[in-house]
Amino acid sequence: MIDMQRFFMGVSIALLFLAFLCLYRAIWGPLITNRIVGVGAIGTKTLIVLLLMGLIYDRLDMFVDISIVYALLNFIGTLAASKYLEMMGEV
Amino acid sequence: MDTMTIGSILTAIFLLLGLLFFTGGTIGLLRLPDFYCRMHATGKSDTLAVLLCLVGLAIYNAFAGNFALPYILVSIKIIFIAIFWFLAGPVSTHALYRAAFRCGVKPWTLDNQFKEVDKE
Repeated sequence: MIDMQRFFMGVSIALLFLAFLCLYRAIWGPLITNRIVGVGAIGTKTLIVLLLMGLIYDRLDMFVDISIVYALLNFIGTLAASKYLEMMGEV
Repeated sequence: MDTMTIGSILTAIFLLLGLLFFTGGTIGLLRLPDFYCRMHATGKSDTLAVLLCLVGLAIYNAFAGNFALPYILVSIKIIFIAIFWFLAGPVSTHALYRAAFRCGVKPWTLDNQFKEVDKE
């Protein structure tokens, strides 16, 4: 029998490590566009980590709404940043 | 071999595949030479990886509650997140591409291969 709690904890730790790697691009990326890409990648990883936390704490019905809100917020944030960049006309 | 073991094995397969694609997208984001190449890597890989991980978690939640109605409803919510991200990820990628191209970010070509394309 697989110990699923420990498996979810391991996958969460791996995803957080990848999010820290993306944080390099979000801080030191050469222009504002690279920083937007890095923040979006961190957002997609955080969406999965939230659901894994809900399974670890056995409260998935509460965490799934937070995850929905986070997906919507990530999408709208990227669109707003792109629109603002296009309105400015230069990087 | 009860149903819970089958659900756990399916979830493990889906989650590890999603983690593999997340790793590939992150390596592409860190190491490719240009903004457009990085966006190409992360957009596709992260969309597929989010789909795989969310389907795996929905399967585990449905098996963990023995297919009772509240657990099935939570799994349907997770599948809704997957469908939304399958539509929203490419849209945000394309919007950012278009904004960067209209702002004059130079792509990486053979002519400026040994120069730094995007400097501050």
